[in-house]
Amino acid sequence: MRKILFIIQKEFLQISRNRAMLPIIFAVPLIQLVILVHAATFEIKNIDIAVVDNDLSMMSNKLTDKFNHSAFFQLRNIVSDVNEAKRQLEMNEVEVFINIPANFEKKMIAQQKVEISVVVDAVNSRNAGLISGYIKEIIENYNKEIFVSLVSDITQNKKPAKILTNKSYWYNTQLNYKNFMVPGILVILVTLIGVFLSAMNIVREKEIGTIEQLNVTPLGKFQFIIGKLVPFMVIGLLEFSIGLLIGKFAFQIPIVGSLFLLYGVLIIFLFTLLAVGFLISTLNNTQQQALLVAYFFMMLFLLMSGLFTPIDSIPEWARILNKINPVAYFLKINRMIILKGSVLTDIFKDVMSLFVLGIIILNLAVFRYKKTV
Amino acid sequence: MKSIIVKNVSKKYKQAQALDNISVVVEKGEIFGLIGPDGAGKTSLMRILSTLILPTSGEAYLEGLNCARDYKKIRKIIGYMPGKFSLYHDLSVEENLNFFASVFGTTVRENYDLVKLIYAQIEPFKKRRAGKLSGGMKQKLALSCALIHYPKVLILDEPTTGVDAVSRKEFWQILKTLKERGITILVSTPYMDEAELCDRVGLIQGGKMMSVNLPSEIIKEFHHELFALTSENNYRLMKHLKERTNPHDVQIFGQNIHLINRKAKLSIEVLKQDLINNGFPNISISKIQPGIEDCFIELMRGTSD
Repeated sequence: MRKILFIIQKEFLQISRNRAMLPIIFAVPLIQLVILVHAATFEIKNIDIAVVDNDLSMMSNKLTDKFNHSAFFQLRNIVSDVNEAKRQLEMNEVEVFINIPANFEKKMIAQQKVEISVVVDAVNSRNAGLISGYIKEIIENYNKEIFVSLVSDITQNKKPAKILTNKSYWYNTQLNYKNFMVPGILVILVTLIGVFLSAMNIVREKEIGTIEQLNVTPLGKFQFIIGKLVPFMVIGLLEFSIGLLIGKFAFQIPIVGSLFLLYGVLIIFLFTLLAVGFLISTLNNTQQQALLVAYFFMMLFLLMSGLFTPIDSIPEWARILNKINPVAYFLKINRMIILKGSVLTDIFKDVMSLFVLGIIILNLAVFRYKKTV
Repeated sequence: MKSIIVKNVSKKYKQAQALDNISVVVEKGEIFGLIGPDGAGKTSLMRILSTLILPTSGEAYLEGLNCARDYKKIRKIIGYMPGKFSLYHDLSVEENLNFFASVFGTTVRENYDLVKLIYAQIEPFKKRRAGKLSGGMKQKLALSCALIHYPKVLILDEPTTGVDAVSRKEFWQILKTLKERGITILVSTPYMDEAELCDRVGLIQGGKMMSVNLPSEIIKEFHHELFALTSENNYRLMKHLKERTNPHDVQIFGQNIHLINRKAKLSIEVLKQDLINNGFPNISISKIQPGIEDCFIELMRGTSD
């Protein structure tokens, strides 16, 4: 036990000596947190739009106005020639244009079907989807109002039957994007630290040859591994705590759930990450190799984790693959605890999966380690 | 009392046969030198004895403990110094020493009288990072760390490679005093002159133990006449001699060319006259006693033919 303490002491001494590493451990993640939360937003505002108005009526004007007053859109031009709108779209002057046909008002009053075409620049397909969604909503809204006013013109006392959709957003009432993003980015930061630092650290001992020097001492492999894992566990916890504090005070993220539970799961998650780093270190002999391999896994873990894309929309085979992605589990758990206040029974299955995954990876790593060194 | 016993040990890597049926015995408190060219198998043998790798076949014992089975016990009683400096570059001299002491479950103070001899020389730099030390000081630090738990057996893999002549001399001086403390020392070196400083030497080549003997006995085994020749153009002389004799019978030794005469006795006068006639007017020839290096080259020649 005392020997483990000496290893831990040595690790911290080395980390504190490393002038390149210290800022990477503490400054970089925090800068990333602050920048990413602001930059990596899925909301799109100020979409440049052009309207081709072939009708030039009061009703078409009113529709155009709707876009003008929307926070999402920036009305650039009202043109009468569809080719001009096409040109603007091609020149990237606008991202979308709508085409209001002639006789728009007439048909509306006659309660006939009117088609408005919407042309979206779909180079960024997700943006295009969102834009058409926004437009659809605005037009539907407009349609409802017109319908109501038309109907009420005819029969003053008879209210038309209409369906009201009443939306309420749970757990993130104002649909605050940051509430969603901060817990996610916190997970990225912890993942970076956990996988990279541990993988690089052990490979470094190999590179310098100190691992061999340690192997001829009575120091057990188990003691060595624990001595290596604990410092990074501590750093990971510290990192997460700082990030959480920033989230709480700089971004006003509500932390609904139990911190005790959150940290409990975080320890399991860190343990899994360190096992991944450790496994990578047993498969590589130089820091360069380890870095590239770690990078490969990081990309897979993060992109498939559901941070940027909803997990439900990825294909079935990828969802199965995600069963061995520790980041996906913790991302989900982290958001559930922080935003939703989930308790252990809600997340028990995911926590157990994460734990089992960690045990499996650690065993693989220990097996490889015993075989090679 | 036997300290190290190696019995028919072979080590085969995927491609190469690093050790081929090696057997050797090292007495307690002996300085045993493993001499051989690069790739001879010195490091493989030392790594087997240090419990870092397992032999493919055969058995090795250290202080009566089996290197494969009792590796845990062996690790408590050996000090191993690999050929490459493998301490923590970013820790200071003092921190390295303290760390290795604690890993062995001891303290620097406990065995200070043993390491003092060496450590005293680097103690003025104890706050310096190990990575910033000179080659000789690095060796001394590495040796201090290998000695910090008062090992019974010290295994040193090419400890003087890349170290200056003065430091090398000091290093061997230290080994002598460690020997007096009863520590068995197994040391490998590519330098022939260091062989003479060992109690016994083993010549290893191509994974085989060629000869194990006292340095003085190895010299006695050299039965041929040996001449040292020098002229104003040694290169041409060398070429000339190689054409006349078996090419393995001539070797360049610094300023001289050593000529081994395997045939009937040769008189210096006859040889001199012959060379003067062949265009070496300022030739000087003398009959010399073989050094250990001559013997090793002769032994190695025997296998490569």
